[in-house]
Amino acid sequence: MHMADVLLSPGVAATMYAASGTAAGVSINRLRRENEPEKLPVMAVSAAMVFAGQMINYTIPGTGSSGHICGGILLSALLGPYAGFLSMIAVLVVQCLFFADGGLLALGANIWNMAFYGCFVGYFLIWRPIMKGKALSSLPVSARITAAAVLGCIVSLQLGALSVVIETSLSGITDLPFGPFVGVMLPIHLAIRLVEGLITAAVLVFVYKARPELIKDADESAGNSMSLKAVLCILAVVTLFVGGGLSLYASGNPDGLEWALFGNREAGYAENMALDEEAFGVESSAAETAAQVQETTSFLPDYAFKDNDSALGTTVSGVVGSVVVAGCALLLSCIFGFFRKRNAAGRADVN
Amino acid sequence: MNRAENALYELNEMDELANGNSPVHRFSALAKLLVTVIYIAVTMSFDRYDLSGVLMMAVYPYVLFQLSGIPFRTCIYKMRYIIPLIAFVGIFNPLLDRTAFVTIGRVPLSYGWLSFAVLFAKGMLAISASFLLAATTRIDAVCAALRKLRMPAEIVTVILLMYRYVSVLVEEVGVMSNAYHLRAPGQKGIHYSAWGSFLGQLLLRSMDRAQELYASMLLRGYHGEFLYTAEAGMAGRDWMYLLTWTAVIALLRSVPVIQIIGNLFM
Repeated sequence: MHMADVLLSPGVAATMYAASGTAAGVSINRLRRENEPEKLPVMAVSAAMVFAGQMINYTIPGTGSSGHICGGILLSALLGPYAGFLSMIAVLVVQCLFFADGGLLALGANIWNMAFYGCFVGYFLIWRPIMKGKALSSLPVSARITAAAVLGCIVSLQLGALSVVIETSLSGITDLPFGPFVGVMLPIHLAIRLVEGLITAAVLVFVYKARPELIKDADESAGNSMSLKAVLCILAVVTLFVGGGLSLYASGNPDGLEWALFGNREAGYAENMALDEEAFGVESSAAETAAQVQETTSFLPDYAFKDNDSALGTTVSGVVGSVVVAGCALLLSCIFGFFRKRNAAGRADVN
Repeated sequence: MNRAENALYELNEMDELANGNSPVHRFSALAKLLVTVIYIAVTMSFDRYDLSGVLMMAVYPYVLFQLSGIPFRTCIYKMRYIIPLIAFVGIFNPLLDRTAFVTIGRVPLSYGWLSFAVLFAKGMLAISASFLLAATTRIDAVCAALRKLRMPAEIVTVILLMYRYVSVLVEEVGVMSNAYHLRAPGQKGIHYSAWGSFLGQLLLRSMDRAQELYASMLLRGYHGEFLYTAEAGMAGRDWMYLLTWTAVIALLRSVPVIQIIGNLFM
């Protein structure tokens, strides 16, 4: 679900930055009011856990598409919505800045789509009501955890997928029409998020059995007696479980860990752009676009190519210019290369 | 080499690139980050049919590849999973927008193909710019720059810690899966009956590891926030870098350089 820069117009990207920035500001304020510096390593291990989890692509049967977990519900169930949101930001920033996964301009939108809904909508509207609600209190805790995790993942990430479509459409960069895009995105994400919900539930039930006080809202009688060590250990174990156990389990999947920290966009776009033959036949406003083009194009303009000298001239000048620039680039490469070699030789001499 | 070790290997490769020593590596992370953001924003703002304008923006990654000495093929290799997806973004344009804008011989080229080419070029340029930032800047330098940009200390600390944990965890996974597969040759994945003991092992090992990590952080004086040296700031040469690139990018955006050069030769 990581969006690339090329999907978003600068205006939409800036708006999403503002929205995510506001949510982050509120979260930071809450975190500071809690004043628990020892919570930061816990957040880091949890974030690493989600990062490791996102390495693993599971295939969705019958679609040829694959997906990876998102982790918003998992983090907010372990850390609470505010710290969970900040941890998700850390995951997305590292993916964006150090692995070029998810665009730099699209970071705001990615935080909104993947972190905001999971951590806030998923937590306040689904997780907490199910865990604390009177109606379900007769069910065993692990059943409630499963229900909340599955439902939370599905609802929050359907909202995220819808946002991807809306942001793309508002940007108006691709010609993909809104209706078919929604029709592709939502069903495929329903399947992916059902699997994510089950994985999240398995992890959370495991954590609950080992250290019940770690799960938010799971047990009101639990005090704040947990030691930092225990928290770190449990989270690291779950991380290892997700990162190691499941990746081995999923070893038949060509993506898996082989994705190797760099390729997990593949999944994102297989979902985002999942090719749908039906979408090909959709009408386009080609004539309108063509008219607009005549005004705006600067390279290879107007189809009056054959009988319009000025258009021909501009086009040819573009081609000639490109060739000249490419030639200069080639020449400069040689020159740069020459000086690099000489510098290296010079340094070797000095040594 | 198993999958986890492979992942770790690629992670280390990126670290090694970032630890290199070239003129680009030596500029401050803040300057590079700002230039990258400006560059990507400006590149994305080109019109959907302005191919010559977008192609001219390749000057920036081109110069940086040259100055840093990082081969372009490394970028292609590292981004091998992402590049097909960039092509995906515009794949519908040629199908939906079939008006021909030029006929070469008898083959018509549609506006859809033109806008597809522009989208692909934009995507590649954005990816190259992001890759160059990642490959020429160490993570602590980027985090120091983020602090300079007033990103809250809490988030920056979590980013740094997480980055350290990830390699530790991946390494641990590699060791454990190796051990498992040596004892279960030819088996695909972990048998469900062994999950209990596998998890038990994981529990013990990672308990030790997490305790050691956090204790050693405390022993080295960690108190809730990392300290940064003066290198986060911008010296004169960093300002020069920032201003020069801003000027070049502005020039490329506002002047149709390719056509001007072409006209000179006609």
